[in-house]
Amino acid sequence: MSDNGELLVFVEQREGVINPVSYELLGKGIELAEKKRCALTAVLLGNRAENHARELIFHGAEKVYLFDHPLFNDCDLLNYKHNVVRLVKEVQPDILLLGATYWGRSLGSRVAAALGTGLTADCTGLEIDKHGNLVQIRPAFSGNVLAHIKTRTRPQMATVRYKVMPRAVRDTDRKGEIIRKAVEIVPSLLSFVHHKKSADVNLADAEILVSGGSGLKKADDYSLLSELAEVLGAALGSSRPPVDNGWIGREHQVGFSGTTVNPKVYIACGISGSPQHLAGMRSSQTIIAINTDPSAPIFRVADYGIVGDLYEVIPKLMKKIKEYRYEHG
Amino acid sequence: MVIIVLVKYVPDMSRVRFDVDRGRVDRSSADLEINPFDLNALEAAVCIKEELGGQIFVLSMGPRRTESALKDTLARGADDAFLLEDRKFAGADTLATSYTIASAVRQLGHFDLILCGEKTVDGDTGQVGPEVAEHLDIPHIACAYELNVTRENVTATCDIGMERCTFKTSFPALITVTKDINIPRLPTFRDRARARQMAVQMMGAAVLSGNADVTRFGVQGSPTKVYKVIVPSGEGRKGKIFRQASDEAVNEVSERICHLVSPNNGAGDIS
Ligand SMILES: Cc1cc2nc3c(=O)[nH]c(=O)nc-3n(C[C@H](O)[C@H](O)[C@H](O)COP(=O)(O)OP(=O)(O)OC[C@H]3O[C@@H](n4cnc5c(N)ncnc54)[C@H](O)[C@@H]3O)c2cc1C
Ligand SMILES: Nc1ncnc2c1ncn2[C@@H]1O[C@H](COP(=O)(O)O)[C@@H](O)[C@H]1O
Repeated sequence: MSDNGELLVFVEQREGVINPVSYELLGKGIELAEKKRCALTAVLLGNRAENHARELIFHGAEKVYLFDHPLFNDCDLLNYKHNVVRLVKEVQPDILLLGATYWGRSLGSRVAAALGTGLTADCTGLEIDKHGNLVQIRPAFSGNVLAHIKTRTRPQMATVRYKVMPRAVRDTDRKGEIIRKAVEIVPSLLSFVHHKKSADVNLADAEILVSGGSGLKKADDYSLLSELAEVLGAALGSSRPPVDNGWIGREHQVGFSGTTVNPKVYIACGISGSPQHLAGMRSSQTIIAINTDPSAPIFRVADYGIVGDLYEVIPKLMKKIKEYRYEHG
Repeated sequence: MVIIVLVKYVPDMSRVRFDVDRGRVDRSSADLEINPFDLNALEAAVCIKEELGGQIFVLSMGPRRTESALKDTLARGADDAFLLEDRKFAGADTLATSYTIASAVRQLGHFDLILCGEKTVDGDTGQVGPEVAEHLDIPHIACAYELNVTRENVTATCDIGMERCTFKTSFPALITVTKDINIPRLPTFRDRARARQMAVQMMGAAVLSGNADVTRFGVQGSPTKVYKVIVPSGEGRKGKIFRQASDEAVNEVSERICHLVSPNNGAGDIS
């Protein structure tokens, strides 16, 4: 099996919590490794992370390379890079996948440059071609086209977007090997001064989103959207102008220079649907748009649209939703 | 304080068209402008210089026609602007781009800080900055929206998921910035007039060859290749658009919403 190399997944954890994108990489990895007839392996850097390593086996990893060190509680970037690069040089995986998270992007770039290999950013699709090469698919040109990319150097590296790949199913019957690796420490050069929880919005994980744009006339009018969001148990999103106006925090911004979201339902209120906004939400499962302008581009991606004034439509919608729920329990 | 700002000229994305047949952006369809986030990086550099003194160099890799456009960076406060331009640099992916830029940085000599944008609007990878840092063997901090630079060190604050993190590092270092770090000022008429008198300095592959392996430039040094571009047919959505906010429209849409958000509707299924 291993003569076809390994498909190595970088597993991201912070303070002992595995980033969910890592389980999605394993889920996709199972499928790709089967097609490529190669081994699916994982690398985990953490602090007393043996339990997590076992979880990775239950999620499909045949081998887990474990680097255990107190420094690895957080992502110590240069030490992460140093040890991942050492491992890659030793086991020579054919493919190396990382989540397209804050750390995954930074670490991936450094590892790729250190190894002199290619890296494809923010993939939404991965396939194996008939020669066993990795086909990396990513949105380009504000998501208007999909580029298919191949890499001639090894390992073939890609960062992968959150919530587009199927999560691996946990199966405690799966067997695998945990291989403890010696940790080498280099000067870390970067220090964590402090971190604090920012407002409790987590757009990337939100299942339902209500977003407002320039169609809102003033900051206070967000209360109308908050009310709808509350009724639906939704998170509150925004296009860029209200953020630039200081009407709502930047952690609410959806789009190219904000967060990419992938909810079940996205309700866009007074948003025109610029390419930069669409880049962050066009893959939502269902898109509902409310806009006074029938020619607004948002209607071209919408599953349901109402041409109308959000100040009239939203109160009506809320009333109806409450009635419907009352009737249907 | 010597600050190098990495600036890329990109097509105006609101105008540019895509050449489906050739599978690439049709660069002749729109003007080139500075990548918006790189303007934030330049503004950050000017603010640091105003406080601590020093020099700002702008470094850009791109086609010759950006030479005059680069004067805009001189008007905005750069002391010198360098354009990496050579047929040998063409067709570079992020690895070759970052390698070429890093070689040019070495060529320039001493520096304290490199500032870049978090990503470009055309390439959209955010990889070039961190890759440059790796080639130069210096630390980097990505996506800073707040910077505090003293003579000894730099602290940068970034949003990471649901956390706000502050990092500190000494020099030399590379930092990428987001739009939230500042609002770039417009150059005055006098700034522009002064910049017109200044020259953009050209750097070709030959200049770098003492410091670099020329086979790592351009297409030859690029391991990734786009071999196919697909334009998704429509959006795959057969939208039902109500022309008016009639009762019928409100009824149907609200029922739909209720159905979609009800907890027993395919919970957890996101594939
Ligand atoms: C580098 C760069 C990055 C960017 N990143 C982002 C990003 O991440 N996210 C983002 O969103 N934008 C981003 N933008 C900005 C983007 O180009 C657009 O300017 C922005 O998305 C427009 O926001 P909007 O739809 O709210 O406003 P507009 O385009 O002004 O649209 C407002 C809409 O509201 C409608 N409207 C008005 N009144 C009402 C009413 N009473 N009821 C209902 N509808 C009404 C109008 O018909 C109109 O369609 C970026 C731009 C650049 C250059
Ligand atoms: N050709 C280039 N010339 C100069 N700087 C660049 C170039 N390409 C990328 N950069 C810098 O790297 C950042 C990230 O670019 P990218 O990796 O393409 O998203 C940009 O914001 C620039 O600061």
